[in-house]
Amino acid sequence: MQLDEFFVTGEPLIYAGMVAITLVTGAIIFLLTYFKKWKWLWREWLTTVDHKKIGIMYILSALAMLFRAGTDALMMRTQLAFPDMNFLNAQHYNEIFTTHGTIMIFFMAMPFLIGLMNIVVPLQIGARDFAFPYVNALSFWSFFFGAMLFNVSFVIGGAPDAGWTSYTPLAGDVMSPDPGQNFYLLALQLSGIGTLATGINLMVTILKMRAPGMTMFKMPIFTWSTFITSFIIVFAFPILTVALALMTIDRIFGSHFFTLAGEGLPMMWANLFWMWGHPEVYIVILPAFGIFSEVIATFAKKQLFGYTVMVWSIIIIAGLSFLVWVHHFFTMGAGAFVNSIFSVTTMAIAVPTGVKIFNWLATLYKSRIRTTTAMMWALAFIPSFTIGGITGVMLGMAAADYQFHNSYFLIAHFHYVLIAGTVFGCFAGLVYWYPKMFGHKLNERIGKWSFWLFVIGFHITFLPQYFLGLDGMPRRVFHIVPEWLPLNPISTVGAFSMGLGFAVFVYNIYYSYRHSEREQTGDSWDGRTLEWATPTPVPEYNFAVVPHVTSHDAYWNMKQKGETVYDESKVEPIHMPNSTGQPFIMSAIMFFACFALVFEWIWLAVAGLIGTIVMMIIRSFDYNKGHHIDADEIKRTERSARGL
Amino acid sequence: MNASEENSKPLEYQTEQGQMNIVGFWIFLAAEMALFGTLFATYAVLFGRTADSPAPGELFEPGIAIVMTLILLTSSFTGGLAINDMRRGSVKGMMTWLLITLALGLTFLGFEIYEFYHYATEGATLQSSAYWSAFFVLTGTHGLHVTFGIGWLILLLIQLAKRGITSVTSNKLFIFGLYWHYLDVIWIFIFTGVYLLGMVI
Amino acid sequence: MEKQSKKLPIKHIIGYVTSVILTFVAIWAALGSNLPVMWIIISIFLLAIIQAAIQLFLFMHLIERGMGNAPWNMMFHGTIIFAILIAGSLFTMSFGFM
Repeated sequence: MQLDEFFVTGEPLIYAGMVAITLVTGAIIFLLTYFKKWKWLWREWLTTVDHKKIGIMYILSALAMLFRAGTDALMMRTQLAFPDMNFLNAQHYNEIFTTHGTIMIFFMAMPFLIGLMNIVVPLQIGARDFAFPYVNALSFWSFFFGAMLFNVSFVIGGAPDAGWTSYTPLAGDVMSPDPGQNFYLLALQLSGIGTLATGINLMVTILKMRAPGMTMFKMPIFTWSTFITSFIIVFAFPILTVALALMTIDRIFGSHFFTLAGEGLPMMWANLFWMWGHPEVYIVILPAFGIFSEVIATFAKKQLFGYTVMVWSIIIIAGLSFLVWVHHFFTMGAGAFVNSIFSVTTMAIAVPTGVKIFNWLATLYKSRIRTTTAMMWALAFIPSFTIGGITGVMLGMAAADYQFHNSYFLIAHFHYVLIAGTVFGCFAGLVYWYPKMFGHKLNERIGKWSFWLFVIGFHITFLPQYFLGLDGMPRRVFHIVPEWLPLNPISTVGAFSMGLGFAVFVYNIYYSYRHSEREQTGDSWDGRTLEWATPTPVPEYNFAVVPHVTSHDAYWNMKQKGETVYDESKVEPIHMPNSTGQPFIMSAIMFFACFALVFEWIWLAVAGLIGTIVMMIIRSFDYNKGHHIDADEIKRTERSARGL
Repeated sequence: MNASEENSKPLEYQTEQGQMNIVGFWIFLAAEMALFGTLFATYAVLFGRTADSPAPGELFEPGIAIVMTLILLTSSFTGGLAINDMRRGSVKGMMTWLLITLALGLTFLGFEIYEFYHYATEGATLQSSAYWSAFFVLTGTHGLHVTFGIGWLILLLIQLAKRGITSVTSNKLFIFGLYWHYLDVIWIFIFTGVYLLGMVI
Repeated sequence: MEKQSKKLPIKHIIGYVTSVILTFVAIWAALGSNLPVMWIIISIFLLAIIQAAIQLFLFMHLIERGMGNAPWNMMFHGTIIFAILIAGSLFTMSFGFM
């Protein structure tokens, strides 16, 4: 293989990308060396098994990925602003919409939410860490290296270009012989393993590590949504694992699952992909529902209306999510009976979702609303998401879907649910729990600027796209025609406003780090659930004394009764797991193996596999039992944190 | 939970971490069900798509499939006996049954390799057709699981020999037992859905 | 501890013997009987399900004190997903032409 086949050549934008990557990497290495921070990085972050630090790393990576995929989006909108633009060529446009979709779903939405779960769930249930802290670190690093493997594709080997759904036969090796598609398959495989492990980990944590007195129906609603999400992950991700593996075997070892030769069945890929893909939609939306429920209850200063109904509607949505996958390919050509069945199940999902919308409204009804930034994200979510949901029901009608399919109407629909649902939810959650993570709030004034820029920009971008779709503009075209002219530039303006909103959000992180007042108490927002009972910054062991819980607004009730969770006489030594470099090293080896397999260097990949097995053997013989923090040290920490 | 109740539990459940490991592994097995379900679904959908290669009914030999089934069933049984001896605290009995389980697992694997080789010489390989791709990947994934299980068991045998039956090692062996029985559950469906059905239709 | 594990593990032996018998019944049904094909398919899958249940309950201790509800619950839902995957794929990929 020649060097110019290995690196992507001939595209000025990609050269600029290479220069940027080199400069940023160089700058990071220089800064770490200059400030002598290598040891700190290794000891405090790369080897940590602390769920709070892992959560922060998840969120930082997700923000970086939001930047990358958001840049892709702005490039697409620039290309589509006017007819016959030549900003991007057809090939480059294909690559960019593929990476935009893939990164936003796998490397932005999921890690962002999993990051929040990592930080919040153990605190909400009164636990001291995850059930399997080592596995949690492994999950993070396999996600991280998967994301890096995917991102490296645009300078090395070429990015995948068959869309984020990678339909065969287009994505097969006959029509996409370049390594780009292998990057897609192996990067998702690598990060998918981490996601499955996180799902199992969170389920066990929630099942076995709740504080005494906290029965299932006294869990905070975010913990409930995390639990159900993990349940979906456990059953949906193996389907993706198999689908990706089958296509990998097709491409690298010449089998015939999804090929046209050998009586393969290309549409079987679509079937398997969406059997995972529809549950995936709920994996990224249910945690957001949980976040909004927490935020709304806190800032309306009311108990969440219809707690039990809320929980059951999450459960019903999760169940239905496995029964609707065909609505993603109604136009495949299945008969009326097949399509009708899935049309009915699809519309049924609107019922529990509607119940949730009304419960949020009922919580707000006659309450004293505090319009903090987090609350504003939640308030903007309700109407925006409802528009997305209702157009989803329109798409769910099989006959009508023949008109909407693959048009900008669909694009507008899923951006309305994914941005108004998931992205608003991530921002609301980050703003809400920010003081718990970093010990200071984000600046409210700048936060509201970013909110308005982003939300107004969002509607300007995507509302016109419904009408573009009805005017017949198909998705994935790289040139527009004059008939679609007035709405397309408007949409582009909106997209840049969203970009500006994000930039302001990031600036706010810097500004608040420099100027925000440091938190004195752990309870920044007059919160209702247990995470606010811990001091800020949260000590390594979370709770010096495990609290006893009597309701799902545990901390609120304690405050009403004048109780605190901390009782010095009950402090006992706490057992904590040790830090370890194994998850990082093991994931790095898997990264190496996957990278080799992308270029079909089989023997290097086998070497990587052997390395992975060796790491597993090392782990099997590792009887490290962790360490204890003694009671005096806990008392000292708690006294200084609580200002006693 | 009071102390006497705590002591009446088998050793592998006695630590908090041990219980979590077992529950976590059950959840993992549920995920494996989705994994094999997808492979079975692919196999079922691609059934009959043999293109120019031989049909399964022409190649399948009832003898080998039946022998493999009995070997795996017996190894599942001996694996269960090993756990039973572990709970009685009999190291010698446990080790004996585990070694028998290991030998049976290796025999099963030998038969599977022979079977794949035999089909390849008859003109049915992974690349032959959609049906044969699905067949080799479904049975091959099960075979890979067995291989992994054999490696795992060897590691456990070393640890058990070194450390005896403790709350940690018994927990590990119990989880391995779950895995090993589970592979037999999957094999029952492969035997029924692939071999018997392939010879009937 | 002593109570739960007897020297002669009756449960395992019953399970093993039944499994072997059921296997041979399935083989006879498939290869030796003259039943209609549909009935053969139904009966061999029923026999497989019984054998799987034997493994789960007699060998794997799916329901055992101290384990809580998670194991059987997850296996139950796993079975449902397993069925949805296979039946749903066959149904969808038949394209409505049975």
